Parts: sequence; structure tokens; C-alpha cells
Amino acid sequence: MNFTNFGRYLLLLKAVFRKPEKFKIYLKAIFKQMDFVGVGSLGLIAIISTFIGAVMTLQIAFQLVSDFIPKTIIGSVNRDSSILELSPTITAIVLAGKIGSAISSEIGTMRVSEQIDALEIMGINSPGYLILPKIIAGITMVPLLVIMSMFLSITGGYIGGTLSGAVTPAEYIQGITTDFNPYTIVVALVKAFVFGFIITSVPAYEGFYVKGGALEVAQASTRAVVVSCITILACDYIVTQLLL
Amino acid sequence: MIEIKDIHKSFGSNKVLQGISGKFEAGVTNLIIGGSGSGKTTLLKCMIGLHHPEQGSVEYDGREFTSMNFEEKIEIRKEIGMLFQGSALFDSMTVEENIMFPLNMFTDQDRKEKLDRVNFCLERVNLEGKNKLYPAELSGGMKKRVGIARAIAMNPKYLFVDEPNSGLDPKTSIVIDELIKELTEEYNTTTIVVTHDMNSVMGIGDYILFLHEGKKFWEGSNKEIAHTEIQELNDFVFASRFMKAAKGKF
Repeated sequence: MNFTNFGRYLLLLKAVFRKPEKFKIYLKAIFKQMDFVGVGSLGLIAIISTFIGAVMTLQIAFQLVSDFIPKTIIGSVNRDSSILELSPTITAIVLAGKIGSAISSEIGTMRVSEQIDALEIMGINSPGYLILPKIIAGITMVPLLVIMSMFLSITGGYIGGTLSGAVTPAEYIQGITTDFNPYTIVVALVKAFVFGFIITSVPAYEGFYVKGGALEVAQASTRAVVVSCITILACDYIVTQLLL
Repeated sequence: MIEIKDIHKSFGSNKVLQGISGKFEAGVTNLIIGGSGSGKTTLLKCMIGLHHPEQGSVEYDGREFTSMNFEEKIEIRKEIGMLFQGSALFDSMTVEENIMFPLNMFTDQDRKEKLDRVNFCLERVNLEGKNKLYPAELSGGMKKRVGIARAIAMNPKYLFVDEPNSGLDPKTSIVIDELIKELTEEYNTTTIVVTHDMNSVMGIGDYILFLHEGKKFWEGSNKEIAHTEIQELNDFVFASRFMKAAKGKF
């Protein structure tokens, strides 16, 4: 995003957070978006998280071949990696592809087919009506998905580690329960909140200002995913630096 | 009544509108005509606030629109109904939900009252019983009629119509034109139609404003348009062989 785009993005956000015309209508839209962002992504996030946890355990076991290092460390490393980095970031990047492209193309299509103009002519604050429910769904459902992802990633590590014989169930459970710092959960949830905001607001911005036709909508959708992913990684670094 | 005064609008170095003025009365069908790229749609968008003119004013019954703040513009827009060129129906909503949408947003009516209004609007455009269809299931002409039904749902004082006949067969075009004229006279709305369809011009043009290369070249009624000496207007009106052949009969 260059500075002009960033300025326009901030102006759009200002319009998004104007007082809703009718709260009841917005509430209905928020629940619909929560279903789309949260419930609609459960399966995908569950599969990815379980496999990442399993693969992580195998790789940690492969790298820690030493009699001086207890095998319980495999569980500890998997737990902290899953909670602090893998669950929030991988979930966010996957959702940026799934949710981000859908948001961008939905709003972009509405723009090129004059549906957004129609909203404005009716006297409706179109950024608020179209984008606010998506942002609220993002900042509430992404943290919930990340919590589920953490649990499944650690569980996946247990399944992968014990099935392959890389670690015994007792060693793994001892590893994940030793020296647990609950603050890591707080850091992960702050990341999830920020990522939820990015995943919904950046694609909405890209879609909202589309000009042209189907080709431009597709380009905006691609740009939305790319910019969201880069912004997620940059914010990941900033949040980690600030909170750890 | 809507009055525009000295409207100027440019996109970069391209001067699209150069000092357009006009007065559009209530209860008559006002047409803005001109060739492609003459600035018709830009003028319409300036009038409804989708574009901001660099110079000039737009007055809705004496209320200056261009200098209003966001909240004041919203109040005016609640009095506006608009039919877009592509109908601009919300894809994710049924016909009923599309028409009910402005009622949901801006009225406190109960569901039965809103449904009665929806059914009345659908009857008005001869689409009774089509409530549960989605826009994708409608023909071009039906979409236009649903667009009109949505535009009149809130009893607008001002009705804007952008290219109502584009993509429609001649028979359906006449139905849409007559519907616009009927609604205008029945509810005394200030109706402005942007078109380049000569059937509309001759059929419903009570007041016509002709634009050419971003300038106002002529204004008058459909009875006067065939008898002007302005070359640009004659080139536009009598461009087709049919109109040339019929020239002497107007």
C-alpha cells in the first residue's frame, strides 16, 4: 500500500464506523457474516491445524537427536510454537485467501454493478452497511478459530508423535504441561484480533474502490489477498516485538 | 422542482461538463439526451451527489445540495428514487427483499405494512406474485420494473432514471417509458430520465435538455425537437434512416 492508498483506507474506515442507520439490520448482517467467517471456515482450519501440529512434532523430534535433550521438550516446543506463531499466523493467512478474496470480489462486484451507488442514493452509508458487519465478524470469529486451531495443533502433535513413535504419550503430555505461560495465549489472541481486522478491512477496501469490470474485480481480489498476507506478517512482527 | 446552475465537471484535463444549467419541473417527464460521451450520466451523477461538480449548484426545491454535509445529503437522498442502467438490484436478495430494503432501513412500519407496500409497488409495475424470485431469475425488462418498484417504494419526490431502455426490445421499452410517465404524473414527482433512445424522446419527452460535448446545446419539448435548425441536434435526432424518412411527418 502506498501512502495515497493508506490515506484512502483510513478515510474508508472513518466512514465504516459512522453510526448505523438501523442497528437491528446491522445485527442481522453481523450474524450472517459471523456464520460465513467462523462456521464456514471451521473444517478448513481444523484440517490444517491438525496436520501442522503433527508435522511440527515430527520435525522437532528429527532435529533434537541428542541424549542430552529430554524428549518432553518436543511437546513444549510444539505447544509454544503453535500458540504463539503457527495457529494465529497460519490461520490468518489461510483466511486471508478464503475470506479475503470472497469479501473483495463481493464488494467489487457490487461496485461495478452499481449496487453500491444504489445504496448511497437510498441514503445509506454504504461503507458502514457493507464493511462494518464483516470487520466485527472478523475480530470476533478469528480469535475463536485461533483458539480452536491451538487446541487441534497440539492434539495433532500428540497423534503424529505417538503414531510415529517419535515421542511417547507420557513424554508429550509432560512436555505440553511443563512451564506453561498463560501470557502466550494473550499474545496469540491479540494477534488474532489484529489479523481478523486486517483480513476483513483490507479486502473490503480493495473491493470498494474497484473501477471497471470483471477483470478489475479479479485483480482487486488477488491484490487483496497479497496485501492482506504481507500486512499480516508485518503486524505479526510488530505485535510480537511489542508484547514479548 | 430541481434546478441546476452552471455545472462544471472535469476528469483530469478532460472537461466533461461545461456550464450546464436547466430547470426540471415536477409532474412532467424531463429528459437529458445526447450522444455517447456527451456528459449525460456525469450530469446525473453530479445531481445526485455521486460526483462533486467543481463549480455550480444543484437545488432541490430551493435546497442547495452540493454544499450540504453528509447528514444533510442523506436527508435529501431519502426523497430520491433511482433506476440504474443495469437495474442495480441486490443479487443476494429476492425481489421482495429488494423492494422492502429501503422500508426496513428508514421506516418503523411492521412487516405486514411493508409487505402491503411491496405488493402495491409490484402490482404497479405489473409483477404481482414475483416476490420470491431472485434477480438472476428475471429478464432484463423485469429487472427494470423491479428497479422501478424499489425506486418508488418510499414515495420519492424526485425520480432519476439512467438509460431505462438499454438492452430492452422496443415493445418492453415502450412499457417502461409509459410506466415512468404514468408514475410521474400520478405522484407529481420530479422525474429526470437520461437516454439516447429516440422513441423515448418522441414518446415521453415533456422537457428535453440536449447535451453535446459537455455543453447544453438546446432545450425544449418533444413537439419542438423535430423543427430546430441546430445542426448537432438534427444530426443526433435524425441519425437513423427511419427517423430521416419520418422527418417531414413530425
